[in-house]
This record gives sequence, structure tokens and C-alpha cells, in this order.
Amino acid sequence: MIITLNSELLAVRSTMKFAVIQFPGSNCDQDCLAAVNGLEGLQAEYVWHKETSLDDFDAIVLPGGFAYGDYLRCGSIARFSPIMQAVISDARAGKLVLGTCNGFQILCEAGLLPGALVRNRSLRFVCEMVTTRVEVDDSPFTRGCPKGTLLRLPVAHGEGCFFAEGEALRELNDNRQVILRYADNRGRIVPEANPNGSIENIAGICNRERNVFGLMPHPDRASDARLGSADGAKIFRSMMQTIRAQRRVTTASEPVKQVA
Amino acid sequence: MKAKIIVMPKAAVLDPQGNAVRDAMRHLGMPEVRSVRIGKYMEIDVDGKNGDLEARLHRLCRDLLSNPVIEDYELQKAGSGTQEEKKTKRKSH
Repeated sequence: MIITLNSELLAVRSTMKFAVIQFPGSNCDQDCLAAVNGLEGLQAEYVWHKETSLDDFDAIVLPGGFAYGDYLRCGSIARFSPIMQAVISDARAGKLVLGTCNGFQILCEAGLLPGALVRNRSLRFVCEMVTTRVEVDDSPFTRGCPKGTLLRLPVAHGEGCFFAEGEALRELNDNRQVILRYADNRGRIVPEANPNGSIENIAGICNRERNVFGLMPHPDRASDARLGSADGAKIFRSMMQTIRAQRRVTTASEPVKQVA
Repeated sequence: MKAKIIVMPKAAVLDPQGNAVRDAMRHLGMPEVRSVRIGKYMEIDVDGKNGDLEARLHRLCRDLLSNPVIEDYELQKAGSGTQEEKKTKRKSH
């Protein structure tokens, strides 16, 4: 029993490692690294897109930017980078994967998330602070954010209009995969609060298994009050808490396995 | 072999670029314009023309050159030196 408790404490205390993938053209890799490193107990490291393994990491972050110059379609070439094989296999194995902005586009192109991101309805690059509403509070990315919580996060994109056709959209809603929607500052989902024309004001979605999350806003650029909002840090903190809880389960169940 | 590939946004996908061009055309004296859709056109030069080349091209059209969630593609194959031209249109669901 004492051994179990010690190993549990050890697992809880030890630092968690987040990989920040760098593609040629990523430009929010430093923001993501700083956001993760700003939280106690988390440590981020860059991983170049030519690498092939992410075994040493507890979670994966695909940062914003313009991977491969956004040529052809945003994320369409980056999804074939060598590291994406590891991202896909680790995601399938249940590891937490977060894609912000260009990272979200890459996750959709890779088929890890449904739907696609197309040109903003306004045809303009939007760069502003927006309000998003938490729609699902039991996801690994929104622990500690009750349903309806408003998160102030910046957006900066030209192709952030989320699109999914009938059946796919229905599934997203039925399976409660829509995690964030653009809202006004009173939490109402209205067209005026939608910066890019996304269908049903969708700002961020997860996969059916709930371990892959993509969003157009930048939690990395809102991880410190000095940046105008620290709401983005809640997402990274939630990931940390999720991994910690998973570790507790794993370490606590180990002695039982040995007995059996 | 030379191939021409046309990638178009699906009907259900909003094409704000096409709409902006449509409005400009109307504004410039062509009120008859009903709609404009803007896609991509690619010319691809490939060595050889035999075997499973066409099937592989189609695979890449689906995986890389178009995104089946939002786009349809059309592959036009022109055999080098001949008049033969073949069109294959793929609509993805």
C-alpha cells in the first residue's frame, strides 16, 4: 500500500512533457512553448517535423502558422510530414493532441478531425480578440470550465471558416464534439459574434474519442494576463489535469495487476 | 503523359470568392451573371503513360490535390502525341 502511494505521488509530481511540432512555416511554435512552460509541472520541447517518434511525450501540440506556405490548401502538405505518422498513431492510441489555428487545419486535412476549414466568408484575414463559449465541460481540454464559461481568445486567420456537411455536422452535435462556439460577451451564439462565417459558430471541435481537439483561436496567445487574457492557459491546464488523472489510474492499478 | 486537373468547391460549400467576382461582373455591366464558382486548375507532366499510372494519379487527386470534404476534382488525361483525351470526373460524398 505504501509503495502504491509513493509511486502515485511520484507520477503526480513528475513533469509532463508536451511536444510542440515545428513545420516549415509554423510561427506560433514559440507562443505554444511559452504557454506550456508557463504552467508549473509542464515542460514543452520543440519537435522538428522530420522526426518520426513522439514516444517521449505525454501530449502533442500542433501550433499555428503557415506550414508549407499554406500552398494548395492550408495544412494539405504538412499532413504528409514524417512526424504526422507518429501524431496519427499516438492520437489513435489515445494521447492528447491539440491543434490551434494552422494546427487545426492540419488535423482536419489528416482526417483526425471531421470537416474542413475554408476561406473566411468576409474574404478578409481576421486578427482580433473573440469570445468563445464552452459547450462541453467533460472533455479533456475543458476540465474546470463549466458549460457556458466564456473564454476570451485571439484569432488570426484567413481560412478559419469551419465547414461540415449535413451528416457530419449532425454527428458532431449528437456526439457532443463541438467544444467551443463563437459567442458575444453575454454568451449568446449570434451571427455578429462569428468572425469567419463558421457553420453554427463552431470555433473548436474534438474527435469522437475526445482526445484530439482543434480550434481556430489561439489559447497560446492568451496564456498570461499580460497578453490581455489568460483564458487560454485553462486549456493547457485541463490537459495536464487529464494526464495526471490518467496516470493516477495507471499507477494505482499496477499492483492489482501484479497480484492477479 | 500530360494531365489536367480541375478542382472545384462542392455545391454545398460557400464560395465567397466566386460571389465577390459575380458581384463585380454585375457591377461592370453584366447583370446577366447568375453565379461564379472559383476553383483550381493544375497541369501535370508525368513520365510514361502505362500501368497503374492513372489509378495512382486519381489516388493523389483524392489524398493531396483535392479535399473530398469540400471539393470535387476532374482529371483530364491527354496521351502525348495523340488526339486522345479522356475525362474522368469524381464526385466524392
